[in-house]
Formats: sequence, C-alpha cells, structure tokens
Amino acid sequence: MTTAINTPGAPGRDGSGQAHGLDVIDPHRIRQDFPILHQEVNGKPLVYLDNAATTQKPQSVIDAISNYYLHNNANVHRGVHTLSQRATDDYEAGREAVRRFINAPDANEVIYVRGTTEGLNLVASSYGRKYFKAGDEVIITGMEHHSNIVPWQILGKEIGIRLRVVPFNDDGELLMDEYEAMLNDRTRMVSVVHQSNALGTVNPIPEMVELAHAHGIPVMVDAAQSIPHMPVDVQALGADFLTFSGHKMYGPTGIGALWGRAELLDDMPPYQSGGEMIRSVTFEETIYNTLPHKFEAGTPDIAGAIGLGAAVEYLESIGMERIAAYEQALLRYGTERLDGIEGVRMIGTAEEKGGVLSFYMEAAHPHDIGTILDSEGIAVRTGHHCAQPVMARYGIPATVRASLAFYNTTDDIDALVKAIDRVIEVFG
Amino acid sequence: MAQLPDNPDALYGDVIMEHYRSPRHRRRLERPDAEAEEFNPFCGDRANLQLQLAEATSKDAVIAGVSAVAEGCSIIQASASLLADGVHGRTVDEASDLSQLFRDLMQGKPLPPVALEELGELSALEVVRQYPVRIKCALLPWVALEEGLRRLR
Ligand SMILES: Cc1ncc(COP(=O)(O)O)c(C=O)c1O
Repeated sequence: MTTAINTPGAPGRDGSGQAHGLDVIDPHRIRQDFPILHQEVNGKPLVYLDNAATTQKPQSVIDAISNYYLHNNANVHRGVHTLSQRATDDYEAGREAVRRFINAPDANEVIYVRGTTEGLNLVASSYGRKYFKAGDEVIITGMEHHSNIVPWQILGKEIGIRLRVVPFNDDGELLMDEYEAMLNDRTRMVSVVHQSNALGTVNPIPEMVELAHAHGIPVMVDAAQSIPHMPVDVQALGADFLTFSGHKMYGPTGIGALWGRAELLDDMPPYQSGGEMIRSVTFEETIYNTLPHKFEAGTPDIAGAIGLGAAVEYLESIGMERIAAYEQALLRYGTERLDGIEGVRMIGTAEEKGGVLSFYMEAAHPHDIGTILDSEGIAVRTGHHCAQPVMARYGIPATVRASLAFYNTTDDIDALVKAIDRVIEVFG
Repeated sequence: MAQLPDNPDALYGDVIMEHYRSPRHRRRLERPDAEAEEFNPFCGDRANLQLQLAEATSKDAVIAGVSAVAEGCSIIQASASLLADGVHGRTVDEASDLSQLFRDLMQGKPLPPVALEELGELSALEVVRQYPVRIKCALLPWVALEEGLRRLR
C-alpha cells in the first residue's frame, strides 16, 4: 500500500506561514460573515469546496431578503402605494448595483433572468430566431457547460444552423488558431464561457471578441464562473451579451442577469410574454414595453433581485481585485499540494486559470472519493459537471472538483489532502 | 485492505471491496436470450446485463448464463457482481422475487425472516442505505435485471 502524505514543509508558504498573496484577505474575518460555515458535518468541521456549484451567502444577503419579506413585500412597478414603491426602489437598486459591478453603460441593458441558463436561452431563442437562417454557423468551445450547448443545438435542429466547436489542448487552453480559422461569412454568433466550470480555464475574451468583431460577429459570454472571482467589466471585455447567476456570486438562487448592448436588445423580440413586458394590449395588437421590461414578463423574483444587489455590495466592500489575488494564491497552494500526491491527475492545467481543482484518480471512482470526503466533512462536486464533452476529451467518466472561494483557507486544502490520503488507504 | 477506522458503518467493507476488485460474471455471453442496459445520466454510470436460460422454451428453466458489466463506482460494480452471483441458477420468477427482496432491503422495508438467507452476500449492500445518495448506484443493475426478466417472459 502506498501512502502519499506530503505534509512536511507544505509548499507555497514562506517563513511567516503565508504564501505570496494569501495575506491580501483575512479569511477568518470573512468567515464571520457566513453563518453556514460554522457547523459540523459528519462530526467534522464543514469544509465547503463546492463553490463552483453554488456559493454560500453572507449575512447581509440573508438580511436583505428577510428585510424585504418582513417590511417591504409588494409587487413592483404596479401600485402607487408605499410598499410597492419601496419594493420597486429596492428591486431597481439591485439592477443599478449590477450595472455598476459589470461597468455597463446603462442599467436598462441589465435584464433580470433566473440565471445563466435562462440568459443563454433568452439570447439563443430571441436573437437566434430573429437573425439565423439555414446554413448559418454559431461558434462555441469544447469546454462549454451544457447550457451553452443545448440551446444552440435546439436552434440547429429547428433552423438548420451548424454548431462549430473550438477545441482545446491537454492543459485546457483553447486553440486560438483554430478559432480564428472558424470565423467566416456564415458565422452569426460566438458564444463562449469566460471561466470553465470543469477545468477552471479563463478564456481570452478580449482577443476572441476582437477577432469576431473584425468579421462583424457578436459575442456572448457565459460569465457564471468568472463574475464571482475576478473583476468583470463588459466594456473592457468588449462583449455584446454577458450573463451570470446570482447564486454562484454569494447571492440567492433563482436570480441572475443578462447584460446586452441596447442596440441589439432593442431589436430583439420578447422571450416570454405576459404582464410587465407590454405597453398596451388590445385583442388586435400589443405594443411592447421598453428595455429592460420587454424581457421581464410576469412578476419577477423581487426578493432575489434585492438579494443579488446585496451580494454585489458585499463583493464591492471587499474588492474583486483582492478576491482574485487571494484565490489565485490559494489555487497555487492547492495545486502544489495536490500535485504532490501520487495517483492524482489534475484535469485543467491552463496558464490562465481560476480557483478550480479538478482531478481524477485511477484507484477510485469519483463517487467513492466524494463519499469518503463527505465523511470527513468536505463538500466537493463529483461527476461530469454538466460538461460531458470535456470529460470525453480526457477519456474519463467524471472528476472530483474542489472549487475555491475567498472564505476558504489553506487549512481547507490541507483537510482535502488528508482526506485524499484516506482514499488511498482504502482504495490504493 | 484498510477500513475507515473511526467509522464503524464504513461503506467499504470486505464483501463490497472484494466484488468491486474482482467482479464475477463479466464475460459476455455468446447467445443471450435477453439483454438490458441502464444508464444514469447524472453520473454516467452504466450497467449491462445478459441472461441465458437453460432451456429457452420452458417456464421453469433456470438462468444458466449471466453476464453483468457495470461501469462506475465501487457500489454499482459490487452490486452488479453480487446480482449475477445471486440470480445464477434461479428461475425467472425466483430471480424476480430476489430483485424485489433486494429493493425492499435497500428501501428499508421490513423483510420476512428467511430474507437474509435468500439474499446471502447481497445483504452486505445494506450498508449503502446509510449513504442515501448512493442507493441509486446499488439499484441500477437491478433495474437492468428487471428489464431483462421482462424480456425473457
Ligand atoms: C460555466 C457555467 N455556465 C452555466 C451554468 C448554469 O448556471 P445556472 O444553473 O445557474 O443557470 C453553470 C452552472 O453550473 C456554469 O458553471
């Protein structure tokens, strides 16, 4: 039996016990803001490393949601009464917070959606149905989440468009030459993930946008995994559409945002229809409301939008630059520790990478690893991460994925390494 | 093989680990009378079962050939191997009864006194009940079995 504990002189730390960059944030202070982290699971302190699936919520987000229900609950944009006014103000303040956070030119370009999945479906369905014809092409990458594959495939069946897929190398980096060669007169859209949830790769969006725009092709960005972990500025990226989920950025589930350039959104047909999205209705004709309401049919997730606003404010209070620097330092530490374990194969080793430690072990199936980790109080994701083509690319059924947040510590990584040693004891 | 020392209910006991490491009845049959496959889209686990009767026409014929191939975690592999051992030599009806018994075991239903004897080594999988998310791993090969038995009828 082999054991592969490499505790002595754990790498990545200098004499003061801090790896370079780990001191930009005090995670122990941050952890005070997250009540859920202070509990035991299976008799062990919870180590939450499933942040790419969903993040935990700070007290300020929980308070914003309960404050709405305790004091301000009313429908928005409908009543003249005081509660409705308060609810509307807070709902719209959330939109303005999102605008500021992504540096969008205009809050009317920010559309509340259920999450990334709905943002992608909205653009595929509304923009795609209006502009795509048989023979047109849409470019995605080989590392997309299923939510950026299937909506285009459905359109493909319906309209006859062709999906082109940019491949990536063994490290998980896009082959930019192949991407460039794919752009042509028939390309109608490039839709690309900013940070891969399965590999952690951060794709070169500004470069991809520049190449696409040179052909007059719009670019949609799936920012689900990037926006919680780094500054995301839609103007600096140059994108035309960008979407993300609140629950992955310390906000509530059920809410997210789609940002799009006003000139594109203005010409797109509504995605769903009903209340809120209309200006006037007779049985003969409906005149659609202006942005953003045109795309927000029905009573929205008001509490969710308010919670999302609170999450943005929380992140701003810490600063995305600091969050990114800290998580990068933690990623370096985690990568070195896992690299030191014999039998662990890292999946996703791109130069530009976010806090995702995805790995595979020949000795044990990811489910079995997940169960042993859980018995140690460690929460990770095991499976294909809704990115089956990525798994196929590496010829494996699934991976174990530990994904980081700025409330994680080097102790969390050490606990993970210790639990993997336990896996090797049982299965090695 | 090491046990999880401070976890007496550890999933990875001797029977499960033995059937995981050396699964039985994996060899494919040349002329199966029925074949069935089940797939779990959430985790990619797969179980394929082939069954062959001693006399293909008789209602009381016993299952003389069985091949069980599972891809996935230790639990699905052990379950498929134990299943193959369990149904080998039983009639279609008896295999059906065993399947029902195994489901009852996994769902925590009260079992008749003879059940543990009937289940034999299969009762080692009872521990999986303590890991609710893994129960579907244990059951997947049995879903394939039930489909296979339906095809034999
Ligand atoms: C890269 C990426 N895109 C899209 C999604 C879908 O997000 P949601 O389920 O919140 O709609 C996810 C979530 O796992 C993701 O990681």
